[in-house]
Amino acid sequence: MLHLLTTVSKFTMIFIMALYTYFSYQALMPQKSEEKSQLLYKKQTALVMLLFINGYIVILMHTLYSGGSEEVTSVSVAQQMLVLFLAQLVLLRIIFIIYKFFYRAASDALVNNMCLLLSVGFLILARLSWDKALRQFFLAVAAVVLTALIPLFVRKLKFLNKLAWLYAIIGIGGLGLVAVAGSTDYGAKLNISLGPVTIQPSEFIKILFVFFLAAMLYDIREMKQVYVATAIAGLHVLLLVAARDLGGAAIFGVAFLAMVYVATRRLELFLGGLGVGLVGAFLASRIFTHVQNRIVAWKDPLSVIDSQGYQVAQSLFAIGTGGWFGSGMYEGMPEKIPVVSKDFVFAAISEEMGGFFALCLIFVYINCFLMFFNISMQIRDRFYKLIALGLGTVYGIQTFLTLGGVIKFIPSTGVTLPLISYGGSSLLSTMILFAVIQGLYCLREDQRMTEELEDIVAKGLNDYDKKSTSKKRKQ
Amino acid sequence: MTMTRRVQAKKENSNTEFAVITYGFLGLFIAMCLYFAYFITFGAEDFINNPYNARVSQFSENVIRGDILSSDGEVLATTQVSSDGSESRVYPYGRVFAHAVGYNSNGKAGVELDGNFNMLRSHSFALTRLINDFTDTKDQGDSVVTTLDAGMQQAAYNAFGNYRGAVVAIEPSTGRILTLMSKPDFEPVSIASNWEALNSDSDSSVLLNRATQGLYPPGSTFKILTALEYLNEGGKKSDTFDCQGTYTENGFTIHCYGNTAHGQEDLTQAFAKSCNVAFSQAGLSLDLNKYHNLAENMLFNRDIPTKLSNVKKSSFDLKKGDDPVLVMQTAIGQGNTLVTPLHMAMIAAAIDNDGIVMEPYIIDKVVNDNGDLVRPNFGDTYGAIVSTEDAKKLRKLMRAVVTDGTGSALLSENYKAYGKTGSAEYTSDKNATHSWFVGFAKKEDREVAVAIIMEGAGSGSSHAVPVARAMFDNYFSE
Repeated sequence: MLHLLTTVSKFTMIFIMALYTYFSYQALMPQKSEEKSQLLYKKQTALVMLLFINGYIVILMHTLYSGGSEEVTSVSVAQQMLVLFLAQLVLLRIIFIIYKFFYRAASDALVNNMCLLLSVGFLILARLSWDKALRQFFLAVAAVVLTALIPLFVRKLKFLNKLAWLYAIIGIGGLGLVAVAGSTDYGAKLNISLGPVTIQPSEFIKILFVFFLAAMLYDIREMKQVYVATAIAGLHVLLLVAARDLGGAAIFGVAFLAMVYVATRRLELFLGGLGVGLVGAFLASRIFTHVQNRIVAWKDPLSVIDSQGYQVAQSLFAIGTGGWFGSGMYEGMPEKIPVVSKDFVFAAISEEMGGFFALCLIFVYINCFLMFFNISMQIRDRFYKLIALGLGTVYGIQTFLTLGGVIKFIPSTGVTLPLISYGGSSLLSTMILFAVIQGLYCLREDQRMTEELEDIVAKGLNDYDKKSTSKKRKQ
Repeated sequence: MTMTRRVQAKKENSNTEFAVITYGFLGLFIAMCLYFAYFITFGAEDFINNPYNARVSQFSENVIRGDILSSDGEVLATTQVSSDGSESRVYPYGRVFAHAVGYNSNGKAGVELDGNFNMLRSHSFALTRLINDFTDTKDQGDSVVTTLDAGMQQAAYNAFGNYRGAVVAIEPSTGRILTLMSKPDFEPVSIASNWEALNSDSDSSVLLNRATQGLYPPGSTFKILTALEYLNEGGKKSDTFDCQGTYTENGFTIHCYGNTAHGQEDLTQAFAKSCNVAFSQAGLSLDLNKYHNLAENMLFNRDIPTKLSNVKKSSFDLKKGDDPVLVMQTAIGQGNTLVTPLHMAMIAAAIDNDGIVMEPYIIDKVVNDNGDLVRPNFGDTYGAIVSTEDAKKLRKLMRAVVTDGTGSALLSENYKAYGKTGSAEYTSDKNATHSWFVGFAKKEDREVAVAIIMEGAGSGSSHAVPVARAMFDNYFSE
């Protein structure tokens, strides 16, 4: 019976996910009327809830009848799981309420996307480990509280474009601290331990970095500004390389290139910078042994399965064996993949929920990326335009690096999957990123109001002119 | 209207940059999605069947492992479920198919390895599976139908006797493996209980599949390559040699088998009688770079193109400037050259098939418990390793071996056989030789290529040829 429930659920969940993905792209298109788009968003929200509930039915039944991920059957564990499920359900509702009622101008489609990704993250972590699911939930609560006011700040604080040097000092200081005092994890120094808490500063500094570049570049009066920005950005990247966080270096580097390109409108700078980046990557592959290991593992993981290739091979075993429809929850072996709850969480999702589900998930990530770029194109204020562009690029390249690494499209770089991977820094920084973008949606609304007002005034003036001219003629 | 026009104007202002970045990202993402889809659909098989992948064995919690069948419908392996639900794997043919079918405990080998994933998936009638889900009953896994011909395998096994060695038979036009045998063999049922003993016996290497992993000196069967290179460099079949039974050059003496003096002979006769003197002389006249290229074109030093797992590479290392003594030895299949029986069978099959190698395969198709096709398998064409004309020349030489030479025991009214015998020295003892036969036979549109090696048995004609005879007789009597 349990097997039957799992099997049926894997198909219903793929169906819900596919339908959601379809709606998310429909939402990108202009709708005929406000009612139509509201209906579309409601359908999306309903599908998110349905997916979450469907997934948890399977998790709860498995916990009750076979112990779930804990190997011990116990009613009390199942009760705890039920409480966690209800608490998470409430949290998701609260997120919807915050954006529906307090930020009416926020993008409902983006809230839906964020909640979908969060739900998938909650589901897969509850499947993988009770402890991690619980911790991640508390972190999510904290993140929701901490980011609730961000859209308001973005909308109201008008001096954010004046703080370039503050952003730079915090960024360089933070990365410098990690390079000197960070703890080494899988060959890269990423974390700083503060008592019981471990934080990964680069997750937050990448947002400050975008703010720094936007503040430097939104109003270019002389090329000197670009040179200074380049020097400071280069310092960020070098500090990341010194900490051997090459995934991070790639994210910062590409964000820098995209922002300079849009700010200066010079393609040769973009392509030249890309060239420098590739040369740098090539040199890094010669210098750093942990980069070489990852390249060897990427070329042929099976030939080095006992050493460097183990993780990627396990990931591909999971994805391949799961196939298009997946094994069903609890019927795969995602725990065989090292770091499965963090960098390789996508493999676990693909294995148990299916390749179709995973592919839809990639499309939802692409959908968010397109929304970030969309808002960037619509905003007139160049500072905020560059912010949206930079954050969109950071998000896009990070998603590409982690997904590509897990499926062996590119060598793995050890970055997390936004909103799904286990880990407080990654979760909080992505929530901040989404909140800033929502703030920009609010700003766009202000901009639209102003424009409409201007239009009315202009129209009035126009009419007045016409009247007065006709009057003059009459006279 | 004014507003949209303004936004439009603003958009056009910076559209190029956004388009470049957006399309750049979209390109990357779409390439990644295509790769992902490709991997799941086509690329995953290598990973799924990897012995390190622990997942597949978990399927057995919901599926009864499927059967392995021969192409003529004989059951080679099946899982019996007793009344208490415990399962046991049984092998009705026992040792006969031990290496071909392999084993499924203490690791996996053979078809049990290559077809593992398929046998643990079930494509039974959907309603049956639904009922099984409700009643907590296991589904019956799919069966793997092999290309193996149970009749010919049994004939080869009976004729082979107690020697160590291997037999491979391939259908030249498709690459279907009809016989795959290696001795010493083992009782597949008791592999778990005998595991320790099987592994500690390093002298006989029971678990080594000699057909695909045994590396042997090719002996006179290598004269196929030497003769071809000699003809390609302007030599003629009518060129004559004078054999006194031995030939000394650079202080090294080449002996014909049993020191037999073959007298005046042309190339065809020398090939048919397997004259070492003539071929070592022919070898000394060759351009060694071209000889090396010929060997590599014929898959020496290359990965053998096949879907079988764990196949060893053959090696040929003679090159320009090497010692003439080594040249003489290599030309008659001694020296440092090493081959697998599978590779030699592929060479024979290619000669029969106008030079084209079909990649050998052993899993013909996957069917469900009702016999309905789940997944067909087809041979892939690797390509030509010799030209059509060269294949024709070699067929003439190999036919002479049967009509006038060491393979005369293969003369039959029922089919037309071709081949080359070999007696490969493997120690300094000239009298201890591996017995080789490499060749093929055809009758109307049926044909089969074989490679047989019997370790330390003696000459090719005395031991390997009779095994080939038994196989051909069986194959063409059907």
